Amino acid sequence: MTAAVDTGQTTTIHGDRVSLLRVLGPAHVWALGVGIVLVGEFTGWNFSADKGGALAALIVCWIVGLLYTSVAMIDSEVTSTVAAAGGQYAQAKHIVGPLMAFNVALFLVFAYTMLEVSDAILLGDTIVAKAGAEGLTHNSFIAATIVVLAWLNYRGVLMTLNVNFVITAIAYISIVILFFSVSPWTQGAVLKLNELVTPGNALPYGWIGVIAAFQFGIWYYLGIEGTTQAAEEVRSPARSLPYGTMAGMITLLIAAAMTWYVCASLMPWEYLGITYYPLWDAGKLTGSPLLEELLFVATLLAALASANGCINDAARAWFSLGRDRYLPSWFSAVHPRYRTPYRSILFLLPIALAFAFIADLNQAITFSILSGVLQYTFMSINIMMFRRKWPLGTIRRGYTHPFHPLPAIVLFCLCMVTFFAIFLGFGSQLIAMTVFYFLISLWFHFYRYKFVRRGDQFSMPWPKPQGY
Amino acid sequence: MARYIPPEQNKAGQILDIAVVVVAIFVALWLPLKLGFAGAAKSIDPLDAKTWDALGQNPTMASIWEKLGYTPETAHDIIQNRFHYIIDWPTLIIMAIVLIAYFVFLFRASDKEYREVINEKFDDK
Repeated sequence: MTAAVDTGQTTTIHGDRVSLLRVLGPAHVWALGVGIVLVGEFTGWNFSADKGGALAALIVCWIVGLLYTSVAMIDSEVTSTVAAAGGQYAQAKHIVGPLMAFNVALFLVFAYTMLEVSDAILLGDTIVAKAGAEGLTHNSFIAATIVVLAWLNYRGVLMTLNVNFVITAIAYISIVILFFSVSPWTQGAVLKLNELVTPGNALPYGWIGVIAAFQFGIWYYLGIEGTTQAAEEVRSPARSLPYGTMAGMITLLIAAAMTWYVCASLMPWEYLGITYYPLWDAGKLTGSPLLEELLFVATLLAALASANGCINDAARAWFSLGRDRYLPSWFSAVHPRYRTPYRSILFLLPIALAFAFIADLNQAITFSILSGVLQYTFMSINIMMFRRKWPLGTIRRGYTHPFHPLPAIVLFCLCMVTFFAIFLGFGSQLIAMTVFYFLISLWFHFYRYKFVRRGDQFSMPWPKPQGY
Repeated sequence: MARYIPPEQNKAGQILDIAVVVVAIFVALWLPLKLGFAGAAKSIDPLDAKTWDALGQNPTMASIWEKLGYTPETAHDIIQNRFHYIIDWPTLIIMAIVLIAYFVFLFRASDKEYREVINEKFDDK
């Protein structure tokens, strides 16, 4: 067995110090962020129409877009300064403290693993729906997706994200092609928004439905913050991470608006709210076999890109926990040849497979959203503490986000609204998950933390924080 | 401040710790599914007359449903399957208390640990 010893940013294997490879550029950061998220346009966002109607889905698309713009701004500042694998985990470790970092890493692992599960279920269901063969189940497709992508991640980050860039770009272009194919500037020929979204059905549940729709509105953009996981593998974190993240966010805002407009103009909200394939259905409803096939393939590619990015991010968060000895340091091993956190990749593989077989799409999405919102709540407080402990000018920041503290306040308020939205559908689950995080935090604080070196956790070359 | 030297953990202890985390993950995620906690309260408000008109669908909507392969009878359970948003105040209060208590504990305990980190890191210099 390979002996792995943690030594800060590197891992020692058979006496050689190896670290993750710095081979990525802004395009890879974009591919990681947008690749994880774009699947949300192909499925998931539309459940917000079920919760509150078609207009509610549009309102939350904008408002949640504001939430994620805040996330991207805040994240770009902190991550361009704390450039380490683990992303928000490394931020929490340097700014709030070890227990928070442990929790944030778990939020990340849960959010990405459950998102990967959702992607695999979507891919399996889409193939089964397309095949239309009786007795065909999605299980083999789910297993093949998760195993093959884990293998790809095992073999190297550059190849993984090159693949992600290509398939994400194809999936994105398919949305643009669909949008321009249906003459978006003309109503009545193909698109019939005025007849499908009427004053009588725009908000079928009133404003409570709009709030409830926040739960799945998150799915338009969930995971864009995953760009930070590449911090230790990009050639220039201070430049690549803000560029990649902001470009990704702009890309997604455009995709979300186009997706809503086309889908809401092609199908009644009751159907839009329950279909697993809104864009593929939109392709079918245009009457063009070419668009139908294109959107079918794009749905598969989006699911693949997302699952691929999620395996990458969840493994790096888990790896970081091992490297700091928050979990056994066995997980901190870097593959001597491929330079990937291979043990973390392999460890999370059966967990993803297990949940892919026991949860359905709706539930897996909710698990992911719950962990995501807990993480965003942390981020809104984290940036306030970051600015207080190291005011502007005391350390070198790769990027400084404007209008502070407004984005943090907006983010915090929108997180509270989203918690309420989750309560309206999955309140018991939210309580159960929070109780889990509470208990595991007690375990960490009173038991596991004794194995952690104290001063070594703070690896940034910063001055002492103010107030300490 | 004296440098803290953590104890070495033996292999059995490491395996036990991994098992604790894995079991906790499965309990947290799987138990709500098993107990049927997951899922929002949706129920069908049945209609006697199953026509597009009675289902609130105008001719454009009806034509799309038909293009998707639905009849008023088969679309009825989709269209009439509605959420019934009721604010269950005791559950909401419990949820708020659990969330607030969790975050308060998290920040307070983190701060205690963080002070040790900072003291050791910067007192070394």
